[in-house]
Order: sequence, then structure tokens, then C-alpha cells
Amino acid sequence: MKSQLLSLAIWVPILGALPVFWLGSERRTLVRWLSLAVAITGFLVTIPLYTGFDTSTAGMQFFEQVPWITRFNVQYMLGVDGISMPFILLNSLITVLVVLAGWEVIEDKQAQYMGAFLVMSGLMNGIFCALDGVLFYVFFEASLIPMYIIIGAWGGPNRVYAAIKFFLYTLLGSLLMLVALIWLFLESGGSFNILDWHHLRIGMAPQILIFIAFLVSFAVKVPMWPVHTWLPDAHVEAPTGGSVVLAAIALKLGAYGFVRFSLPIVPDASHHLAPLMIALSLIAVIYIGFVALVQTDMKKLIAYSSISHMGFVTLGFFIFNQIGIEGALVQMISHGFVSAAMFLCVGVMYDRMHSRMIADYGGVVNTMPKFSALFVFFAMANSGLPATSGFVGEFMVILGAIKFNFWVGFAAATTLILGAAYTLWMIKRVVFGAVGNDHVAKLKDIGGREFLVLGLLAVCVLAMGLYPFPFTEVMHASVDNLLKHVAASKL
Amino acid sequence: MLQNFVMPDLYPAAPEIFLLLMSFLVLFVDLVFGATHRWIAAMLTVITLLGCAALTLVTSDGQTTLTFSNMFVDDLLSDFLKLMSYLAVIMMLVYSRQYLSDRGLDRGEFYVLVLYATLGMMVMISAASLLTMYLGLELMSLSLYGLVAIDRESRRATEAAMKYFVLGALASGLLLYGMSMIYGATGSLEIGGVAQALYQGHSEKPVLIFGLVFLVAGIAFKLGLVPFHMWIPDVYHGAPTAVTMFIGSAPKLAAFAMALRLLVYGLFGLAMDWQKMLLIMAVLSIGLGNLAAIAQSNIKRMLAYSAISHMGYMVLGLMAGVIGGQIDPFTAVNAYSSALYYTVAYVLMSLGAFGMVLLLSRAGYEAENLEDFKGLNQRSPWFAAMMLIIMFSMAGIPFFIGFFAKFAVLLAAIKAGYTAVAVIAVMFSLIGAFYYLRVVKLMYFDAPVDSAPIAAGLDLRVMLSLNGLAIAAFGLFPDAVMLVCTTTLMRSL
Repeated sequence: MKSQLLSLAIWVPILGALPVFWLGSERRTLVRWLSLAVAITGFLVTIPLYTGFDTSTAGMQFFEQVPWITRFNVQYMLGVDGISMPFILLNSLITVLVVLAGWEVIEDKQAQYMGAFLVMSGLMNGIFCALDGVLFYVFFEASLIPMYIIIGAWGGPNRVYAAIKFFLYTLLGSLLMLVALIWLFLESGGSFNILDWHHLRIGMAPQILIFIAFLVSFAVKVPMWPVHTWLPDAHVEAPTGGSVVLAAIALKLGAYGFVRFSLPIVPDASHHLAPLMIALSLIAVIYIGFVALVQTDMKKLIAYSSISHMGFVTLGFFIFNQIGIEGALVQMISHGFVSAAMFLCVGVMYDRMHSRMIADYGGVVNTMPKFSALFVFFAMANSGLPATSGFVGEFMVILGAIKFNFWVGFAAATTLILGAAYTLWMIKRVVFGAVGNDHVAKLKDIGGREFLVLGLLAVCVLAMGLYPFPFTEVMHASVDNLLKHVAASKL
Repeated sequence: MLQNFVMPDLYPAAPEIFLLLMSFLVLFVDLVFGATHRWIAAMLTVITLLGCAALTLVTSDGQTTLTFSNMFVDDLLSDFLKLMSYLAVIMMLVYSRQYLSDRGLDRGEFYVLVLYATLGMMVMISAASLLTMYLGLELMSLSLYGLVAIDRESRRATEAAMKYFVLGALASGLLLYGMSMIYGATGSLEIGGVAQALYQGHSEKPVLIFGLVFLVAGIAFKLGLVPFHMWIPDVYHGAPTAVTMFIGSAPKLAAFAMALRLLVYGLFGLAMDWQKMLLIMAVLSIGLGNLAAIAQSNIKRMLAYSAISHMGYMVLGLMAGVIGGQIDPFTAVNAYSSALYYTVAYVLMSLGAFGMVLLLSRAGYEAENLEDFKGLNQRSPWFAAMMLIIMFSMAGIPFFIGFFAKFAVLLAAIKAGYTAVAVIAVMFSLIGAFYYLRVVKLMYFDAPVDSAPIAAGLDLRVMLSLNGLAIAAFGLFPDAVMLVCTTTLMRSL
């Protein structure tokens, strides 16, 4: 039977957004409930992807193929393997949470806000399951549009600058990728099929060029040091939902690109340039960790912490062993939950105090005990406490890194100290201690809706930390296959 | 002498003849009813164009037919370009009806000049001889000069018309001079004859190249390529918006036809020479167009510079037809059809963009500054979304037609080995994205300064919505238009 599940995962949210836009901003209740219904439907249609997933094969599952642009042999070709499938679920789940998070706090043009997130969600699902170069690119770029609007229209005071910086930075990367994709199309004798490209023989010089083109594109998205500067701006200015989607999903797109394109298509260049990639990753882990330490703005701190955690992911990819890559993938999913939760927590406080400055808080635990419990829990996960999801990925990557080279592993392991330092120091200043000022004294604890959102994430974080097997199980075959591709020279 | 005269086959030129006859009718009707019922002339013009479309479709048999002593050609390419031109002109007329009547510009002259300009384009599109090409070009250009100055009260428009005329006349002179050189070297005015002579290789190369340079300069002027672009910003800015819209749409199709007929049909033997010239002009146009557009605060000027850069991208396809001197029909069709596709896509986007300017204008007020787009999302979310589609499409962001147009020409350019040029082109499109993003920023992120309700009539609203949705729909399903472009060129080359 031909499966249409992936198409549903993409188009249910996008088409569902149209009536949301159409309702307009006056009918707020209807808009909210409709958005929620669309988001939940979008999530429900992705569940069979997990339950019906065949863990024994590395091949593409739920495969769909329809000719799209016959002139250039572009196919509407979708499929997922163990690497991409979890992200579709993650993305669809996060979308539900984002809709809930924007329930009351977004007062201006709520229909457009919700609609933009739904469109964004569908486009990002498209990125994860596209198996055609052009289709991938089209989703990759189109997802910039809703994010640009989200940051620019509902963001903070400096939102316009942040939105344009975000857009141009990411566009810069993807345009070079477009040239590389076209080159691969011509070189492969007229195919945009990514799986065909995995078997393509390419000389060393073009491999390096293609690798660089992909690197610029994905490094900006991850973001890797030194092209990370758009992220703190975008995060700080974006509304809570925007930060959540950026951190939880959008950053994963770059990392996913490395696994789908760079490693299997140009493995020799990947090996050749691995020292560079490892160096950049370690700089991100250590240097950005220190940068995070000195932040006074909570959102900025979490943004830098995201960059640092993503450094772990790229490190895991470029040490080329099973545990490293699987650890990186687990880290991506875990970071999706944890960073989303952290940004939601900051959002909860921002909604009440309209400040993100650490100095404006202090002793929140006295007035918001339920919230503080959850916030502290997520902070622990963010710093990699065992039994939370944050630990599993980091531990696996460090193990892999030590296998690769002791000192690389050693350097990576410093994140356990640094991460704990900046996260827990922030927690100390914000949550604990005596009540800092009158505003904090007047804070009201979280309501049922906020508790539901954060609680759900807490369950995910804990479940993944205690029993990661269901997450790693689906990856094994695909990661094995990836390593096979990476090991084989394409010269 | 008379017995040598052969009655030409008029059948392939039926649309042109019909349009000419109808233009007399429009003139006459305007004389009688012009003072009281101005809408009759407008109606008749649209009917004329629809009639032309019907005739073009009826006379189209997919064959290449030469007539008027091999001076006029009717092939699939001409039919396609003519149909697109009618469509563009009809859209322009619908868009500008209210604008013109608010300003008292909807006089009979306007419609007659539009018809003659269209006739000029049709002759250019169907030209099979250097002379016909020149005649068509002059008919179109002279009508356009008149149209730019149609608002006699406006000093800016008169100045723009004067500039356009002086520079245009110069360009025509260059073109004519180039044609004379080509004629001297090959002994033929027929485009097919020129190609034949080049193929036999008896012609003197220096004279040919000399002529080619002037010919390319004339074509570049009409396309608005750097360094022959000077007229574009001033004319776009100075002309009444309805006329700017006209200049920015259908004549681009005619100019494309001119480039294709002269360079590809006629001087294909010199492809390696003119490709180099086009390469330089393409890079310069993309660069200057995108950079200068950033500095504009007037949207018509911004769109003018954007037009320069877009024509630069289009030329990327035009210069990728012959690789390393090897003539391969498949490559050629691929490259030229990508340029054709780009032109069609650009015309659609350009019409939409100027349609937005017309939408925001009202009696006594020209909404031509970028500021006028501020907060449009609050005034009208629907049309803000349409402008969003048009702007992102122009910037080359998917899922819109503009992306696939850029994709097609980039693919052609990279295939021809111009990878470095393609990288430069995409880098400049990054710069270009900035000023399109700025328009979106004004609409979505800023508060409106002008809270007047949008006064445009239903016809404009419907047309603009269709236009915007077409840009999106042809982006989601780009296959059909691409295939039409490829088939057209395959069967007419």
C-alpha cells in the first residue's frame, strides 16, 4: 500500500493554516482552538511513523514519489529513515506546545501568529523527509519566510534588525548550497535524487568545494562558531514561540544537513576537513560556554548554551564512529526538548515581568514554587545531569570522542563543568535566594495550561534520560548505513 | 514591374492586420464618444486584444511560416510570445483603468498608443528580417515615448519622455548602424540569410564583429542592461504608474524576442563572441541593479533597478546556449528556454508589483514611496500577503515562480561552465533579497502612516489577487509553464 503519511505530515499543518489566516484576528477563541486542532492533528498523523517504523532496515520508509518538475527531473520524493523520523515527531509535538504557549500572551494578530507557526511546522517536516535535492532546498528556504515574519512582527524592540540578520545570514548559506546542488545534478547525469548522489564518484577538488558550499549553508543554520552571531540576536528578539521553534527544530536542520548531504556525498572531503570541523566544534563548546557564563540576559544565555550544545552535535558527527553519531542524534532530540523547555520557562517569567534580565529577578521560588521546580529540573537537564536526556547524548559523544582521540574527548568533557556553571549560576540568581524586589513578590505561579506544556516536556526529558532505548533503537540501522557510506571513498 | 508583384500570404499576419484595423475603429469611436463615454475605447481595446489572441490561436499550426517575402515569420515562439504580450497588456489595462480615469488620462490617445505599441511588439516578435525588426522596434518605441508623456501637465513625465526619446533614438541609431554592417558583411537583410552566410563562412569577420557590437548594444538598451540602463530608473520613475507598468511588462517579451531573433536565429555563428559580451553585461546588471536598488526610497525606482538586475539574470540563460564552440541543440534549447521562462516569470511579477503601487494610489495621491507600504498588513492583510508573495518571488525564494526562474537560468549557466558567474549571481541576489525584505518589513513590522481605506475598484483587486495567486501557483506547480517554454523553443529553433 502506498503511504501518504509524510505528505500528511507536511500538508496538514500548512493547509490547516489557511482557515486560521482566513478567520482573522477578531475571532480569537475560534482561532486558538482551530490552531490547536490543526497542530494536534498534525502531530497525530506523525505517530504512525514511529509505530509503523521498521527498525531493521536502513532504507527509506513511507516512501512517496511523484514527478514534480519533469524538465529537470525533479521529483516530489519523500521518505524517512531512522535519522530523520524522530525529528518529524519532535517538530510536530513542539508545534502543539508552541500553539499552547501563545494561547493568551499573543494579543496582536493572533491568527497570523498561529498560522505562521503551522506553516513553519509543515515546511520543516518537509525538510526532514525530502529526498530530492530541489525539494529539500525549496522547503529549506521557504521556512525562512514564516520565521522572518514571526521574529519581525512579534519580537522585541530590536526585532527588525534581528529578523533581517536572521534571513540574510541563512540565505547566504543556502544560496551556495543551491549552486552545489545544481553541480551535483549535472555531475550525476541529471538526477536530483539525494540517494543517487550517495553513490556518486567525485574527485577530491570538487568534493572539497561541495563540502565548503554545504558547510557554509549548514554551519550558519546550526550555528557553528564563527557564523553563530545571528542566533543570539534572533533568540533574544523573537517571541517565546519563535525562540522555541528556532532552538528546538530550526537549529537541527543544519545538523541534519550534515548527515544527509555532507557526510555521505563527499566523505573524502569530510575526512579531510574533519580536523577543522572538530576544532570549530570544540571552540563552540568551550569558548561559547564561557560566553554564556557572562550573559546578563536569560534568553541570550540559553541561546549561547544552544550554540555550545550544537557544537557537541557537530563534534559527534565528525569523529566518525557509531556511538559518536548516535550520541549526536540523541543530543539533537534532547536539546529539542530541553531548549524548548528553557525558552518556555523564560517566556513564562517574561510574560509576567516583561524582563529577561537576570538582575531583575531573585527568589522566584518563593512566589512560584511549581514553576521553579520545573525550571530547576530543565536547568539540570541542560547541564547534563544523569537521568535526564541531556546526559545521554553528551555522554555518548564524549565516549565516542575519547575513542577518537583522548584530548578531544577531554576538551569536550569540559562542557559538563561549563554547562553546569552557567546554567546553575543563572538558576541561583533567578530562582533562589530572597525575594529580589516587589515585582517578584507579586508573581503568580503557573496556571494549568503552562503546567501542561512544561510538564509534558519534563516527562519527555525524563523518559529519554532514564530509558533512551526507544530513541536509539530506530537509529541503529540508519547510522550503520551512514557509517558505511562515510567509510567508502568516493574518489 | 507589376507582374513581379506577388500578393503575400496575409494569413500568418492576421492578428497584426486585425489589430491595425481595430485601432482605426478605436480612434473613430473615441472621436465620436470620447467626450461622454470613455469606457467604450477601453472596452474596444480589450476586445481587440482578445480578438488578436483568438486569431493567434486560430492561425497557430505549430509550423514555421514565412511570408511578406521572408520578412515576417509565424512560428510557435511568435505565437507564444504574442499571447503572453496580449495577456500582459490586458492585465495592464485592467490594473490601470481607475488610475487613468482618476487622472483624466483615459483618453483615446492612450488606448491607441497602447495598441500601436502592442503592434510594434508583435512585429518585433515576428520579425524575420533586420528591417522588420527595426520597423517593429520603432513603432513600439515611438508609441512608448508618447505614452510616457501622456500626462502633459507633469514636468517629471515630460522630462522622462524626453530622456527616453533621446537615449532611445541613440540606441535605435546604434542598432541600425549594426544592421547595416551585418548587411554589408553578409549581403542579406533576412535573418535566415544572415545565418546562412555565416554558416558558409565567406563573410569578413572584422566587419561582422563590428556590426555585432552595435547590434548587441541596441538589444542591451531595450533590455535595460548595464551600461545601457541609464534610461530605466528615470523613465520608470517619471512615467505615470500605469505606463511604467506597461513599459515594465510586455516590451520585455518583445526585447527578448529581438535578442533571440537577432542573436540566435541570425548570428548563431558568432555565439562565442556575443556570449562574452552578454556575460559582462549580465554580471554588471546583476551587480549594479541589486546594489543601486538598496538606496532607493521610491518604489518605482526600486523596481526599475530590480528590473535591471532581473534582465541580467535572464541573460545568464541567453548566454549559455553554446558551450565551448560546440553546437548542441539540446543545450541550446535548454538555455534559451530558461531565459524565456525567466522573462515570462518576470513579466508576471513585474505586473503584480506595479499593480500593488496602483492599488495604493488613489485620486490625487501617488503611492510611490516605500513609506506608503508601511503597515499594509493592518490595512489589508490579503493584499499585504499578495505583496509578500511578489516580493519573495522577486527575491528568488521558493515556493514562488521567481525561484524556479532563477533556478533554471542558474542551471543553464552552471551547465555552460560559468560556475563562478553563478556564484557571483547568487551572492548579488543575497544583496537583492535585502531590499525586497525591506518592503515586507514595512508591511508587516511597521505601523501604518496612512490609514485611508484602500480605494481601488473591484477589477483591480480581483486582478491583483489572481496575479499574486498565479505567482504562488506556478511556483508550486512549475512544470507546465517550463514545458511550454521548452516545447515552444524546441519546435521553433
